Amino acid sequence: MEKFVRLDGLVAPLDRNNVDTDAIIPKQFLKSIKRSGFGPNAFDEWRYMDVGQPGQDCSLRPKNPNFVLNQPRYQGAQVLLTRQNFGCGSSREHAPWALLDFGFKAVIAESFADIFFNNCFKNGILPIVLPAAEVDALFKQVEATPGYKLVVDLPAQAVIRPDGYGIPFQVDAFRKECLLNGWDDIGLTLRHADKIHEFEEKRRIEQPWLFA
Amino acid sequence: MPKTLYDKLWESHVVHQEDDGTALIYIDRHLIHEVTSPQAFEGLKLAGRKPWRVSSIVATADHNTPTDHWDEGILDPVSRLQVETLDANIREVGALAYFPFRDPKQGIVHVVGPENGATLPGMTVVCGDSHTSTHGAFACMAHGIGTSEVEHVLATQCLVQKKSKTLLVAVEGRLGKGVTAKDIALAVIGTIGTAGGTGYAIEFAGSAIRGLSMEGRMTLCNMAIEGGARMGFVAVDDTTIDYLRGRPFSPRGDAWEKAVAYWRTLKSDEGARFDRVIQLKAEDIQPQVTWGTSPEMVVGIGATVPDPAKQTDPVKREGMERALQYMGLNPNMGIKDIKVDKIFIGSCTNSRIEDLREAAAVAKGRSVAASVKLALVVPGSGLVKRQAEAEGLDKIFTAAGFQWREPGCSMCLAMNADRLEPGERCASTSNRNFEGRQGPGGRTHLVSPAMAAAAAIAGHFADVRDLL
Repeated sequence: MEKFVRLDGLVAPLDRNNVDTDAIIPKQFLKSIKRSGFGPNAFDEWRYMDVGQPGQDCSLRPKNPNFVLNQPRYQGAQVLLTRQNFGCGSSREHAPWALLDFGFKAVIAESFADIFFNNCFKNGILPIVLPAAEVDALFKQVEATPGYKLVVDLPAQAVIRPDGYGIPFQVDAFRKECLLNGWDDIGLTLRHADKIHEFEEKRRIEQPWLFA
Repeated sequence: MPKTLYDKLWESHVVHQEDDGTALIYIDRHLIHEVTSPQAFEGLKLAGRKPWRVSSIVATADHNTPTDHWDEGILDPVSRLQVETLDANIREVGALAYFPFRDPKQGIVHVVGPENGATLPGMTVVCGDSHTSTHGAFACMAHGIGTSEVEHVLATQCLVQKKSKTLLVAVEGRLGKGVTAKDIALAVIGTIGTAGGTGYAIEFAGSAIRGLSMEGRMTLCNMAIEGGARMGFVAVDDTTIDYLRGRPFSPRGDAWEKAVAYWRTLKSDEGARFDRVIQLKAEDIQPQVTWGTSPEMVVGIGATVPDPAKQTDPVKREGMERALQYMGLNPNMGIKDIKVDKIFIGSCTNSRIEDLREAAAVAKGRSVAASVKLALVVPGSGLVKRQAEAEGLDKIFTAAGFQWREPGCSMCLAMNADRLEPGERCASTSNRNFEGRQGPGGRTHLVSPAMAAAAAIAGHFADVRDLL
């Protein structure tokens, strides 16, 4: 996993509540057995005018000019700004894979769905929860200012606007450490291998039917 | 101090805990299907790691599998490769049980686990699938995980977790005739919203819940995730124990007696405190129909489509307007005036034997309306299919004009050939009415199996209580 420390990135606004993971990456693309290559199909049904199929050359497909991420001013965006309950629905990790492949490294929202939120951290994407009033103010600034960028400072736990105004955010200490260092969770857990064995043996004696 | 069921489940699985509350939680059962596992097996192999305990694994192919012409195999080469990759991975690492494509016991992972007794009370159950909450019906801590966590469980038999808050959903009273667990689930989501359960583990309790069969409890817990909660569960009672007795992986003899004694402790103690409590009266719940593109956009069958003009929050109003436009509906029209093109009875929410019985009771001696293009019944597993056939339900369905298919996830998410075409409207017993969920441009209305059968007969949404 790539480290996440500090980002100074262009912001794209997706002004909707309840953006679900089916919208982020539709089911036909889940047939892949790889982790990469989902970016061209991120938000496929909103982004293109035709129906997407795996294996297409997406550069040749007709784009929906009304979809915000297709607007020239948001090309190269690294920060996605959205509203409530982002990433709800299916647990598919293909959703953060698609966002990452598209170029997003941070998502700012009023709230996230639990499983999606968790999946982001496993892939070096920082999901940031901000109060509704702050999110609303960011939407107004982004829409009014072409080329609008935000600094996301993970060590300081702050989002810094171009006017210098800093908005603090919360992040679990453990998750923060993992992102800052690009650590692999599995390696960390295996440091406790003895404890896992010990727990398992006790459980095998107490509830043998679980180990049939 | 009195404990909630969640406290008990959590505490019995903590392997190690950090000062900030982050804990390593032991995983008893790992369910695996073809869509969310290939990258995990690959990651494991690339890192040179071995699976920790393969006897925790129960696997099946369900999302991509076709529901007819099984003799032809899987025609879509991309789908076929994914299913074959699962075959190869399980062949290489092993499993407690594997039900591959065309196995007599193959089916939807959340149907085959419980019916084989592979889901037992007090377990932690995970799967790379959000509807793993289904298994909470057995007083399990059961939830969906991403592919990185599938790999993590394969490698370590544990997950890194933080304890959730607790939400008690108490439903007291008796459900009316024709009102089912699906209607409770939709009514709860309509009450709390699709983000209402975020950060919570839901315990469903109350006399109406105790009155549900295990099938009904699975339907209810299955939809906990649509209310934002990763998991939902129900305490153990006689219904739980009776269901498990004699299942292939249920304990036997002395082990059964010992297990039952432990399972009976799996309930919240008198006076246990919850972070939040929601109360519903069973008598108030009507058969539900969703009208929009989120499960919280739901009303009773007698209601009308809501009017965005009456919504004061501008973001919500815009969401309602967008949903109505996508769904091709006008504000204030009667739900019963909405005509349907297709019917789907199936999915991990509603494809168990009781669901099929409820739908068949409505379909019996009646015919699917001529205006309905396709009415599908897709049993949840090979076992459910054969049970239904033994009861003659397949004959009732086919006589009425429904198609009787092979088991799988099918048109719930349309990864196989079963799907809606753009603009088509479906009465569906599945769990998500998101844009494009059942096929690009498709319009989904979530209902119970009985209500789906009623819509099939009428050609539009109808109150199933008038048909019983």
